[in-house]
Amino acid sequence: MPEVLVFATLNGLVTGLLLFMLASGLTVIFSMMGVLNFAHASFYMLGAYFAYSISLYFGYWTGLILAPLIVGVLGALVERYGLRRVHQHGHVAELVFTFGLAFLIEEAVQFFWGQDTKNYQTPDLLDFPLFTLFGQEFSAYRGFMLAISIGIFIGLYQVLTRSRVGLIIQAAISHPHMVANLGHNVPLIFTAVFGVGTALAGLAGVIAGPVLTTFPGMALVLGSIVFVIVVIGGLGSLPGAFLASLLIGLLQSYAIAANVGMPDLLALLGLEFPRSHPLDDLWTLNLAQIAPILPFLLLVLVLIFRPTGLMGKREQ
Amino acid sequence: MPGESKVHPKPAARFLTRLLPVLLIFLAVSASAQEREPVRIGFMDPLSGPFASIGTSGLLQLHFAADYLFNSKGGILDGRMIEIVPLDNMQSPTETQIQFRRAVSEELRYIFQGNSSAVANALNTAVLRHNRRNPGQEILQINYSAVDPILTEENCSFWHFRFDAHAVMKLNVLTDFIALNEEIQRVYVIGQDYSFGHVVAETSERMLNEKRPDIEIVGNEFHPIGQVKDFTPYVTKIVASGADAVITGNFGADMVSLARSIIDSGLDIPIYTFYAAYDGITATLGADGKNRIRLVHNDSGNPIPTEERKQFYRDFKAAHPDRDVTQPRLMNALSMLVQAMEETGGDDPYEVALALEDMRFTTLSGEEIWMRGSDHQIIQALHISVMTDENIEFDADNSGFGLYTEHFVPAEQTVMETSCEMRRPQR
Repeated sequence: MPEVLVFATLNGLVTGLLLFMLASGLTVIFSMMGVLNFAHASFYMLGAYFAYSISLYFGYWTGLILAPLIVGVLGALVERYGLRRVHQHGHVAELVFTFGLAFLIEEAVQFFWGQDTKNYQTPDLLDFPLFTLFGQEFSAYRGFMLAISIGIFIGLYQVLTRSRVGLIIQAAISHPHMVANLGHNVPLIFTAVFGVGTALAGLAGVIAGPVLTTFPGMALVLGSIVFVIVVIGGLGSLPGAFLASLLIGLLQSYAIAANVGMPDLLALLGLEFPRSHPLDDLWTLNLAQIAPILPFLLLVLVLIFRPTGLMGKREQ
Repeated sequence: MPGESKVHPKPAARFLTRLLPVLLIFLAVSASAQEREPVRIGFMDPLSGPFASIGTSGLLQLHFAADYLFNSKGGILDGRMIEIVPLDNMQSPTETQIQFRRAVSEELRYIFQGNSSAVANALNTAVLRHNRRNPGQEILQINYSAVDPILTEENCSFWHFRFDAHAVMKLNVLTDFIALNEEIQRVYVIGQDYSFGHVVAETSERMLNEKRPDIEIVGNEFHPIGQVKDFTPYVTKIVASGADAVITGNFGADMVSLARSIIDSGLDIPIYTFYAAYDGITATLGADGKNRIRLVHNDSGNPIPTEERKQFYRDFKAAHPDRDVTQPRLMNALSMLVQAMEETGGDDPYEVALALEDMRFTTLSGEEIWMRGSDHQIIQALHISVMTDENIEFDADNSGFGLYTEHFVPAEQTVMETSCEMRRPQR
């Protein structure tokens, strides 16, 4: 059992930190512009696909650097020439715009790269087990993912709390009008933040692509969960997003690892139902089976009992 | 102007105006002789969304087969062409109902469908209801891939024909093969949480218990279909269970991710699957999957027994260099359907269904397959293949890797009893 616990924790951390890379951009964009960017996970997918194509010609490492930059520039362009124009029509228009964009990107990806799973591989340099514990390998690439994600978190935190730019962004999050009145170019900050946010999503795609497989449905699989994190963490709260990402990563990982379910609960209560019982599916349910939907359950609970999220301050 | 009406047309013009109706009639007659109404066949599978790659690949193969085998040779039924009509159901039972309405309004009489047994069940119900209420306008369901046994057992229908061995037949062969391997002591079963996944789980456990009571089932896991981002947590459990073999019915991205996670964890055990090849899967698994991935399927991937089928593959590859012939059963289904039409001399689904019953047909591979009349289940030889790059003439995904038959089970040994009590409509 200890080996399951150790690996479940490691897996949870890898997933959680990866989710944070997506959620951080989303939450900052939301708190600044009031836009829930539905296309955020699509930029994550674009990152993976760009990196895959670049890696075919120049290798993995070039892709790692170039792909997020391309995605970031694309994101900035979308903000500058798309979102900003839509902005004057209100938040609903913006929401619908990003919603449409998500579909557009998915179709474009299928159009240019096809619908098959892409053979995007981890670099040879990292193709070895980092360590072997209880007979199970932890690949160096996963270690690398952990390192990158932690690096991004620390970097982002430092920039936001220690630098001048960070101060302005923080101010723009809570008091956008005041910041504009002070003479800062708020639209430019918006574009930059949107660009950096999407670049982070792109980077997440680059490093996740080889492990979680690169296919046209990858945005869909991750998209909904990222929103869950942002809401659970508290809209606009970066530490909240961090906490929620880890929470959800670990929650899923532990739930899958745990060998408990309704049969155990029933045994505890001394109840027993025959296999022919109409609710048999419910009585035989185990935790691992519902692990991937636990975050949504958590979302509902958080919304009921703490609508501002774990660390959210602003009431809508 | 009144003056002009008195001007008579010139003789040449008058001649032409008289000839025109004759010409028109002639043209119309010759057009109808040349261009008779096509036989339209619906293809209902996911052509968009997360499972689109399998659906579009199937559509391409059916298109190619129709053109290659029939349309290029003058069509069927004395010159009628086969037209394939794509119906995108996004692999959702709800969307299937909508697309079925569309098929009805477009007067399609034949619907090919293969992906997801949940969809096949929904379609089966819809077809049955439609045919009961609209005698004379029946629709035939050609199931080329959905393998939940229920479709030819409790829910068997006169209007449904299955051209793939169902899951229990496949598992019977697979567990026989696993039972032969003395080294396997502990088996882990993992699958998608829906009807087919449950059939795989229950059947594997039951059959292994019968055939090799010493084998322990160390895990029986379900996960939501198409929802899992990362399979590593599942693999952690597999490793901890000490399993020395894995059985899974996963397909699409769920299959790739699972296999990749197992490989990445350094766990070197065989993975027994239904669908772990082609459509990018083989290329993505690459050298890591060699000798580790095994599939149970019909029609050998390598070696291919006949020159005809080899030529079919080469011509397909020439037309679609990025694609493979992944589902030979599509060709078998189409060919048998056409033969039934030729035998009845028309495309009436009721007559065609009767002709399909107990039909014996020799495939491009030179193998005789049999459509059992009692439950409309195809009986064909099954293969267990290993993913390898040795002796591969026809690879998958242009990767150099492909499927090589390791174990062959002739058709008569795959036969299983059926509980089907078919209600045959009378005309």
